[in-house]
Amino acid sequence: MTVQQPNSYRTGPDELGHFGNFGGRFVAETLMPLILDLEKTYAEAKADPAFKKEMDGHLATYVGRPSPLYYAERLTQHLGGAKIYMKREELNHTGAHKVNNVLGQIMLARRMKKPRIIAETGAGMHGVATATLCAKFGLPCVVYMGAVDVERQKPNVMRMQILGAEVRPVESGAKTLKDAMNEALRDWVTNVADTFYCIGTVAGPHPYPMMVRDFQCVIGNETREQMMKAEGRLPDSLIACIGGGSNAMGLFHPFLDDRSVEIVGVEAAGYGLTGLHAASIAGGRPGVLHGNRTYLLMDPDGQINEGHSISAGLDYPGVGPEHSWLHDMGRVQFMSATDDEAVAAFQLCSKLEGIIPALETAHALAGVIKRAPALPKDHIMVVNMSGRGDKDLASVEQYLEKKGQ
Amino acid sequence: MSTRIDKRFAALKDEGRAGLVTFTMAGDPDYATSLALTKALPKAGADVLELGMPFTDPMADGPAIQAAGLRALAAGQNMIKTLALVKAFREEDNHTPIVLMGYFNPIYIYGVDKFLADAKAAGVDGLIVVDLPPEEDDELCIPALKADLNFIRLATPTTDDKRLPMVLQNTSGFVYYVSITGITGSAVPDAGKVGQAVARIKRHTKLPVCVGFGVRNAESAAGIARHADGVAVGSALVSAVKDSLDGSGKATARTVTAVTDLVTQIAKGVRSAALKAAE
Repeated sequence: MTVQQPNSYRTGPDELGHFGNFGGRFVAETLMPLILDLEKTYAEAKADPAFKKEMDGHLATYVGRPSPLYYAERLTQHLGGAKIYMKREELNHTGAHKVNNVLGQIMLARRMKKPRIIAETGAGMHGVATATLCAKFGLPCVVYMGAVDVERQKPNVMRMQILGAEVRPVESGAKTLKDAMNEALRDWVTNVADTFYCIGTVAGPHPYPMMVRDFQCVIGNETREQMMKAEGRLPDSLIACIGGGSNAMGLFHPFLDDRSVEIVGVEAAGYGLTGLHAASIAGGRPGVLHGNRTYLLMDPDGQINEGHSISAGLDYPGVGPEHSWLHDMGRVQFMSATDDEAVAAFQLCSKLEGIIPALETAHALAGVIKRAPALPKDHIMVVNMSGRGDKDLASVEQYLEKKGQ
Repeated sequence: MSTRIDKRFAALKDEGRAGLVTFTMAGDPDYATSLALTKALPKAGADVLELGMPFTDPMADGPAIQAAGLRALAAGQNMIKTLALVKAFREEDNHTPIVLMGYFNPIYIYGVDKFLADAKAAGVDGLIVVDLPPEEDDELCIPALKADLNFIRLATPTTDDKRLPMVLQNTSGFVYYVSITGITGSAVPDAGKVGQAVARIKRHTKLPVCVGFGVRNAESAAGIARHADGVAVGSALVSAVKDSLDGSGKATARTVTAVTDLVTQIAKGVRSAALKAAE
């Protein structure tokens, strides 16, 4: 099947929030007026130079941007192929890319005069970023987190609590990210008048996928500028891990219309694509959940399946709707990495580069390990180092003990 | 088009009382018990039946209805069986309206056109799909209206006068007013505020207005019945199912009567309100 290619991949979504057949606003009526209000407020903020100026100020002095673009020399030599650059999002304040988006949303919440912030979190990085900015701006914060994730990401739970946030463990379903999102939506429906829902990824009802993408595009915009400075040209390929897909979208989007740049997303294959996994594009099909139509893992009756990944941040049975569209258009290639491959990449990166990556990021690195050796030495590849791995030490230790290594 | 829903509310109007709209989950705790319960509800005083289509991720529902859906799924309920249940009910009762209520994904995956055809053939009268606001009318609402099924919309306290006409535009059968912002089974609504809200909706539509969320007993039902064309009760009924189960979560001899006893009481509350209003 040949797909009609658009003139630009960067014009979406349409006014109803659709990326092709994906996206939309599949939410309860209670939330609709608020979502429309958010859309309006965001459009106004986007057009307001003062909003951008304030945001740029916080990004520079509080988040620590721009994050470096680093040539990973030893990893490049070890793999013997493509020249590998790392976009160092793990050096941001709070240790991941999540803060870029949270800053934007908290500024919108202030603009909308919503005094209470809620968020869902998987690995805890989005929760930590939200708790951090709520502390900075003096807002009460409730973070919903699956009980399984509370257990496997304890350091982040403690961080959120020290920052003054209330972490509410979610006991329904598989007790992971999907269930945390259900519970956050229930809170929002109940407290719609005073509450702002700070969604952590490029998913949910319109305008969230667009808004979160826009806030994360700082990653790709900086990369572009830094690469021109370092190499005098654009990279040949980009690679990032994909759960909901916000770090990936932030890196990819500014390059979507540069057709020479190959773009690759790495999903979590868990125990393997024939077993339990969280690779929605590889193993799912289009359905409707959490406010948008997108690729989802589900059974033949349309009941949502539980995902599995060693990485709590990728353990979600869906993916952002724009990724689904870019997949169908063929503009972004999707591959996957298993738990085993991610842990191997985690170890290799730590030893060769002195950077302990998050297990989420380790999936992107597993993609690099698969692809780089076969590519020529003048192929420039950028991997998004979306988060740091301090939170994952216990998970990796437990995994290695189980494997008897 | 005049559906069983339209006829039932016209008859209730003639009787001068509000209707009782019951919600139970199809297949909870198992298909056979659920069918027996569905058949028993009209005799206990239910005027309109809402049957939940179970879904793994019911984002607008509280713990009671979440649990009911999971019990049904664990017992093997799916859309085919839910439609079969309606068909089996229709063999004995061709008058009581049945509204299927749930979330879009199981319908989308079943296939919208096939679902509408099969639902109509089984004897379904209307649909309530929580995660399809008017902005998504092309997905199911418009096709449902073309297939002669009522599409019943939720209006909430956040639906202001500016938005109400849009919400009501393609609504038919009745309007379901969610009396609080929140998930199902939460706080008890304030009857006075409900009256104002129903009056506000009625300024925009001739459709009957049913009020739900938070109704637990005869007294709270009577409070609502004074102000609305219908009183919806759900969480209390699925909680009664749960409380009747044995230690392993299986139905007992009490399961059907536990629910119908409660429905009988609530129906009395609804009817008493009508008598008072008539005095």
